[in-house]
Amino acid sequence: MAIEISEVSRNTKLLIDGVPYAVEDVNFVKPGKGRAIYRVKMRSMFDGTGKEITYHSGDRVDEVRITAHDMQYLYEEGSHFVFMDTESYEQHHVDKKVLGGKAQFLKDGMVVSAVMMGPRVIGIDLPKFVELKVVESGVSTRTDTVTAQMKAVKLETGATVNVPTFVKEGDTLKIDTRTGTYVERVTRK
Amino acid sequence: MGRAEEARLRRIKASLERRALILDSIRTFFKREGFLEVDTPVLLPQVAPEQFIDPFAVGSWFLSTSPEMHMKRLLAAGYGDMFQITRCFRRGERGRLHNPEFTMIEWYRAGADYAKIIEDTERLVLTAAGDLGLGHAIRYHGREIDLARPWPRTTVREAFLRSAGWDPVSQPDAERFDLDLVDRVMPAFPPDRPMVLMEYPAAGASMARLKPGDSAVAERAEVFIAGLELANVYSELTDAGELEQRFREVIRERGEGQRPLPESFLEAMASLPACGGIALGVDRLVMLLCDAASIDDVVAFPFDAA
Repeated sequence: MAIEISEVSRNTKLLIDGVPYAVEDVNFVKPGKGRAIYRVKMRSMFDGTGKEITYHSGDRVDEVRITAHDMQYLYEEGSHFVFMDTESYEQHHVDKKVLGGKAQFLKDGMVVSAVMMGPRVIGIDLPKFVELKVVESGVSTRTDTVTAQMKAVKLETGATVNVPTFVKEGDTLKIDTRTGTYVERVTRK
Repeated sequence: MGRAEEARLRRIKASLERRALILDSIRTFFKREGFLEVDTPVLLPQVAPEQFIDPFAVGSWFLSTSPEMHMKRLLAAGYGDMFQITRCFRRGERGRLHNPEFTMIEWYRAGADYAKIIEDTERLVLTAAGDLGLGHAIRYHGREIDLARPWPRTTVREAFLRSAGWDPVSQPDAERFDLDLVDRVMPAFPPDRPMVLMEYPAAGASMARLKPGDSAVAERAEVFIAGLELANVYSELTDAGELEQRFREVIRERGEGQRPLPESFLEAMASLPACGGIALGVDRLVMLLCDAASIDDVVAFPFDAA
């Protein structure tokens, strides 16, 4: 939606060449009787790069609405994952690339936070910690060294993580999705 | 919210107390000079056409952006030297140095030109500093500033040639002018002294008269101290025909073809005596004398907190 530059403030999200930017600071300068000058500091919501753009009074910019929605993971379909908005029940096809490596911790029925730009999902945040079942213990991998204290196991979502040697097939583990590492074994009820 | 506001108001209390003293000081100064304090309306059927000043509309009326037109109507009726401390409102002006509602002191001296008004300004600021016990050396942003008269003066042409490498008088370029003024010219002013920038290009004359003998520039000046643009000074244009022409030009440039001209004002201008006038931002003067970084530190309830 096009808005006047004067309406832009910190936390406004702007769309520039298809990239959403979060405004971090607006420096308003106006020499006597002159044009207003707006120096807008912003950061790309895609890759975090910062930039500053100078605007003048009357300039119009595209504001973009960035919203977060709880969505439940339903199933995989080709190159996409399908999620359902838990409030509106709308279904969204999300390109697997949006999740990147986080996809290996995505479990059927998991509720995630989807970041939307207008009607499009541009980011998926998994819960910080997830509990996943070990389906295969003692996996040998080419890269991971099996030390005396650690071994690799395969989880129900297909992810491989290093865990202490006491972990057995059928155990449920708590995994930190931000680092992709084992936290602890969850005591079974 | 309530606690944050209380903390903020406690933090700026000393500055607001100084603000009250500065207002006393300004009034005493002008009364001693024999000026009449006047009061003109803030709710107006029309504001003066200005290319880059947008008024707030109230129904089909407007909040005043400047007391200039009404004070000149008083001058035209034979009222002599006068001053006014009043509120002005300008839509969209919000930043570290701007609040959409702000306080202006405006004064006019009959028979004077802008050079005389600049001298008034020097004396007024020194008086206000003196009344606070500050003397002519003040500190702002960790820097000492010497307010002793006379303040250095330079022309727009000289300043731009020196700091921006071009002459805005012979090659007018309005857009580049504003950016270079902010990015190159102002930062090059000596940080320890005020600076008076004189003789604006004719295109930026606004309501100032053109310089007799050099119509490429206007007798308009801006006063800067420590990066704060404090005041805008004119030898007032008294030619009603030329004023009307300038207004029409601004209305055309703003694309407001149907906008009526301020007729009562233009009619009165036929009797406006030669005079000099100035608008000085009180909030910025208070910032300077309180060593305040933001206008929000010298106004109890800025726009976003009102």
